Amino acid sequence: MAAAQADSAAKEAAVLTSGLVRRYGPVTAVDGIDLAVRRGEIYGFLGPNGAGKSSVVRVLCTLLRPSEGRVCVAGFNVVEEPKEVRVRIGVALQEAALDDGQTGRELLALQGRLYGLDRSQIRARLNQVLALVDIGAAIDRRIGTYSGGMKRRLDLAAALVHNPQVLFLDEPTTGLDPISRASVWAEIRRLNVELGMTIFLTTQYLDEADALADRVGIIAKGRLVAEGPPDALKRSMGQDLIVAEVRGDDPTALTKLADLTGIDAVTQEGDQIIVSTSDGAAWLSPVALTLGTTSLAVCSLTLRTPTLDDVFMELTGSHMEEKVIR
Amino acid sequence: MTTSDVQISGRQAGFLLDVRAVAGRALRQIPREPSSVIPAVFVPAFFYTVNLGALENLAQRSGGFNYKAFLIPMAIAFAVTGMSRAPALVTDIQGGYFDRLCLTPVRRSSLLLGLMVADVVVLIALCIPVLVMGFAVGVRFETGVVGMLVFVSICALWGLVFTGFPYAVALKTGSPAAVNACFIIFFPLFFLTDAVVPKGALTGWFSHIVTYNPVTYLLGSLRSLITAGWEPSILLEGVAAVIGIGAVSMTLAFWALRGRVSSGS
Repeated sequence: MAAAQADSAAKEAAVLTSGLVRRYGPVTAVDGIDLAVRRGEIYGFLGPNGAGKSSVVRVLCTLLRPSEGRVCVAGFNVVEEPKEVRVRIGVALQEAALDDGQTGRELLALQGRLYGLDRSQIRARLNQVLALVDIGAAIDRRIGTYSGGMKRRLDLAAALVHNPQVLFLDEPTTGLDPISRASVWAEIRRLNVELGMTIFLTTQYLDEADALADRVGIIAKGRLVAEGPPDALKRSMGQDLIVAEVRGDDPTALTKLADLTGIDAVTQEGDQIIVSTSDGAAWLSPVALTLGTTSLAVCSLTLRTPTLDDVFMELTGSHMEEKVIR
Repeated sequence: MTTSDVQISGRQAGFLLDVRAVAGRALRQIPREPSSVIPAVFVPAFFYTVNLGALENLAQRSGGFNYKAFLIPMAIAFAVTGMSRAPALVTDIQGGYFDRLCLTPVRRSSLLLGLMVADVVVLIALCIPVLVMGFAVGVRFETGVVGMLVFVSICALWGLVFTGFPYAVALKTGSPAAVNACFIIFFPLFFLTDAVVPKGALTGWFSHIVTYNPVTYLLGSLRSLITAGWEPSILLEGVAAVIGIGAVSMTLAFWALRGRVSSGS
């Protein structure tokens, strides 16, 4: 009965993992991850470099075998039925995996042939994906002449030629300029909205996950430490944050702030004191006045809503964005 | 976007279509990388000319046989041995394109067989300039046109068999330097034979090694088609030698492919 329920859940989900572990020799890169991505969802898989994101994606895409656990994608087990999975997924890996010697059109046509499309189907799909990724006349040029942004877009087109049910995008905007990045974001939204495509997106950029994902999973040191809609994750931190940049050292400052009624939490990270409260506007002045009674020099006082980085900080004890170099 | 566009979806193409697609891509690459085939045209011509210039008079004084014809198998072996898409495969592995191919529902064996099919086309094409060179200096086939076709077929089979070594190294290591180093296998296989001096004129340890070197029998079978006419036993010895080496090289190549695409790594 339980097995039948598990099979039914696997068929219904776009991605379903249970106790996924991936080891490289003595190193455990992925340590017991349970995921359930619904069909038609954009799922943001968030974590710093080395957290295990790419290993998870490579397992989901059948490029790596899980060391332990059960993994189903598009309703098929990646170990037992890898070909069924491959037919149904599209993948754009972290580095655009292209052949510089081919033209863009040749590469896409070859991709179509390897997915069993005939000539007329390839022509139809090329027209469609090229309209989507906006490569223009460059499609008939050798890929070696493309810019980084064009290569990313062609890589995305190659992942889409066979109309996949589930699209895996492994850090699709890393290294892109802001304009190309915005264009990729728009394409991801359009694929999801117009075609109902499930998109599994890994990223180290918090704003990207925040802007695109219906739900976010945060991975740190191979473990899933939080999961949910970005707004819900941020709300779990409290409504507002008052951030004070300070100089100097006064051990009483945190205690004085915590004693204020209406303050949920007070933490210090380096030169920043972060005050969590349900009504930031009302408590900004009292916080400023309280800091004025300490020996700290206040350089700036900012009121903001929590970000996913605050969530990450709360869960792992370190900032994620500090580790990301754009 | 139309409804029919949306309904187009991927499926497994089938083994032969997979092989054709991979081979087609490899063949399209070749004219774009002429440097990969130009040496295979000039090196045989160079060695043929040098050996002919240095040894023809000596050969004629010692036996009076047709040294121009004798050297043709050596020249053609230089043309077809080691010519493969293994360096391109390494580029694919290093650049991640091989992973992209592995993400498709293509049969894994067709990723290698497709390259080998392209190699056979190139190997046959590379026989042509050597044969033209031979005809230009007066070499004729005792076995006629059919013999020449058999000659080209055996050469292509040999060239294909030898590709197994660089493909095995490419798939195992993903290293261009290691693939280039494969050419080292060529030297003992070819220079420890009767490629430039008839077997009867060889003595001592060299003669023993030549007797046990399978390439000696390959060259003998090719030579027989030019100078001796139809000699089934000599031809069979040559083909058997090629198949023997092929059993080793292809086993290594497909074992390396299995290791490379195994998702446990």
